[in-house]
Amino acid sequence: MSMPFGYASPEQIMRDRAEYARKGIARGRSVVVMQYADGILFVAPNPSKALHKISEIYDRIGFAAVGRYNEFESLRLAGIRYADINGYTYNRSDVTGRGLANLYAQQLGMIFTESIKSLEVEIVVAEVGEDPGRDQIYRLTFDGSVFDEQGMAVIGGQAEAVGSRLKERYSEGLPLAQALDAALFALTEPGGERPSPTQLEVAVLDRNREHRKFLRLTGPRLQRLLEEAAPAPAPPTEPAPAPAPETGPPIGPEGEIDTGSGE
Amino acid sequence: MASQQAWMSNLFTNTGSSSFTEFLGAHAPDLLPTRAQALAAPVGDQIPHATTIVAATCAGGVVMAGDRRATSGNMISQRDMEKVFRTDDYSCMGIAGTASTGIEVARLYRVELEHYEKMEGRSLSTEGKANRLAAMIRGNLAMAMQGLVVVPLFAAYDPDRDAGRIFGYDVGGGPYEQRQYHSIGSGSIFARGSLKKLYREDATPEDTVLTCLQALYDAADDDSATGGPDVTRKIWPVVSVITADGFRRLSDEEVAEYVHGMLDARMTDPDGPTAPLR
Repeated sequence: MSMPFGYASPEQIMRDRAEYARKGIARGRSVVVMQYADGILFVAPNPSKALHKISEIYDRIGFAAVGRYNEFESLRLAGIRYADINGYTYNRSDVTGRGLANLYAQQLGMIFTESIKSLEVEIVVAEVGEDPGRDQIYRLTFDGSVFDEQGMAVIGGQAEAVGSRLKERYSEGLPLAQALDAALFALTEPGGERPSPTQLEVAVLDRNREHRKFLRLTGPRLQRLLEEAAPAPAPPTEPAPAPAPETGPPIGPEGEIDTGSGE
Repeated sequence: MASQQAWMSNLFTNTGSSSFTEFLGAHAPDLLPTRAQALAAPVGDQIPHATTIVAATCAGGVVMAGDRRATSGNMISQRDMEKVFRTDDYSCMGIAGTASTGIEVARLYRVELEHYEKMEGRSLSTEGKANRLAAMIRGNLAMAMQGLVVVPLFAAYDPDRDAGRIFGYDVGGGPYEQRQYHSIGSGSIFARGSLKKLYREDATPEDTVLTCLQALYDAADDDSATGGPDVTRKIWPVVSVITADGFRRLSDEEVAEYVHGMLDARMTDPDGPTAPLR
């Protein structure tokens, strides 16, 4: 039987969409989410003060994203609505990171299969628990796959390289300054300048805080932490140039599409 | 479950506003506390009522305190009720009137402020916060006419002015900005009289806490629905202080210390401190 003109197999369509999304995501810079002694640390190189890559979703839940801003922004807003409605309907303790990750996974998966273009985003949903053992970090890719990460997650362009650098420095229960140092080490290409405080977006979910655990670290506080983090202070003579994002092969989420079969 | 599915499918639609209440109103109206259904008969007397709340500004902030009693008619329905709620880092509200509706309004209001803050990445202005609360109270007007009256008192630290501000309301909404001090609830007349004499402009937060506790005591002294400090059960008024450092609810131990000092003085002078005549 001859194929009709313009036919593309489902495999081809999915591959093309995945390729498209991976390329889009790889253009962005990486974001690091990792556990530290008192909770979870988020670090993103981001020169913008207004367009956040890291955000609070609920009392114990934070959100980090890379990719297209308008796409992950709509996910973020929906997550806040979801969390606030559930917390209001039941109780504040009934809003969980797992529920939110499921919501995102469904939305991402649906768009990946049903729309012409999949979302060019990769996101992390992190929830801080009463103790480090109950912290949760979920990484979600453009096709709706969910990865339950242990200790740390890296998303965005060059995620693999950044992830392997982070593993070198990461250990359980690092104090905040050391954790920030490890994150910056991972985010800086070998030999490159570390991003200056104005080029960074840093936030924590601190389990010792009352009410809302999410806290943005900015201004003098971030400056102090960075000085603590770098024992040999070498103030950059100029704002650190962005590590050329186009270099290196585009790296997206590896592996086959998550089929839910538990492979 | 049906209602949950309805709003679940609308999570990704933008309502064009960052208001939580508006989103609920559009996609999950049955979750809102104010439903304009007519009651067969007014129930005001049979449902627990929250009583007296006082608030006063101090140097660099504001203090709010509330007694712990709830009454149904002539019965004391609860001795340790909490009617002063933290609404965000720089504001709090107290409720008087129907306790159940008031608690629900306070819970919704807290989500409303937080929701806006998270969606927009900035806090509402102090006036904006006060106006949102007015809209919620106005939404309850139909129920208020059936006897389910709720009147809040809103206090906030305004970072733009570096000062505390107080807003009063009536059943139709508001807000009415109050200078210096205000009180609501059944004992509010007595509390306000007391505040009028004891309030000192730019007093320290510590002194203002004592002023508010004195006012609550005076209210409990003359109003049967307002509870005084319960020394035997160790139930103390809820006191919160909001300054540039944010909202802080005083611990029971701290309040106990203030209360014991006040009670000791009242043992010799039962009517409390007097204001100078000239």
